[in-house]
Amino acid sequence: MSNLTPISGLIGGALIGLASALLMALTGRIAGISGIFGGLLPPASAGDKGWRLAFIAGLIVAPLLTGLAGYPLPAPQMPASWLLIVAAGLLVGVGTRVGGGCTSGHGVCGIARLSARSIAATAIFMAVAIATVAIMRHGIGG
Amino acid sequence: MPFAIAGFGCGLIFGIGLVISGMTQPAKVLGFLDVFGAWDATLAFVMAGALAVSSIGYALARRRGRPLLAPAHLWPTRKDIDAQLVIGAALFGIGWGLVGLCPGPALVNLASLSPAIALFVASMAAGMIAQDIWRRRAPSVGEVEDAALATGADG
Repeated sequence: MSNLTPISGLIGGALIGLASALLMALTGRIAGISGIFGGLLPPASAGDKGWRLAFIAGLIVAPLLTGLAGYPLPAPQMPASWLLIVAAGLLVGVGTRVGGGCTSGHGVCGIARLSARSIAATAIFMAVAIATVAIMRHGIGG
Repeated sequence: MPFAIAGFGCGLIFGIGLVISGMTQPAKVLGFLDVFGAWDATLAFVMAGALAVSSIGYALARRRGRPLLAPAHLWPTRKDIDAQLVIGAALFGIGWGLVGLCPGPALVNLASLSPAIALFVASMAAGMIAQDIWRRRAPSVGEVEDAALATGADG
């Protein structure tokens, strides 16, 4: 698994940063995916559903364009256990709602504006995710 | 309408960035999180590239005063690091570490038509809905941010 791809990582990252900056410059919104997606759901759904739906449609259409350009979406490698998938999905849903953001909202947008909240949140979810993988794969500390 | 087109364009660029960076692949994200195994540092390069562009873009947006298509920038206003932030980030970290998917890559991967991805996204939506219902029933917890949930959240 140690196949470091720094150049495509930097280019892809720069595009993510560009999309976040453009969304702010055009619409004044933070490109936090959990917030954009969560705003579409009841009971707390936001009044401005149009651009949220459009943004998520853009995310889903993106692999079609990259496929045409020679960068097809790799088939996602998911665990066999559906119970594990449901548990992980629930935790990501609840956690991003309680904590006010995810990797994009806190990790990219929040750190870019030097928000202490987002820097703290990113440090915590990174550390906890690393600990989770350590326990799952190596039984460390578990 | 221009607002929705801007949303679509930004989502498209964001999604292309996720695919090119390799971050739609849960196995690659887990490779970054597996610091005790064969560590794959790519995610750090993705973050570096994203932050380099977004921090400059945000600085320019701030200087410009107002966005092109809206009356004002909706910058998150909260500054306090409270228990909700810590607990929420920790729960998200467990979920992210279990499968290697966070919300952006999960939604991009819907294009793969993988049933496992659809199950993850449905579970994520269920978690968000459950959390919002619970928060409304227990107004003593986090009622301050409830009113501003959709726009006042950090991301």
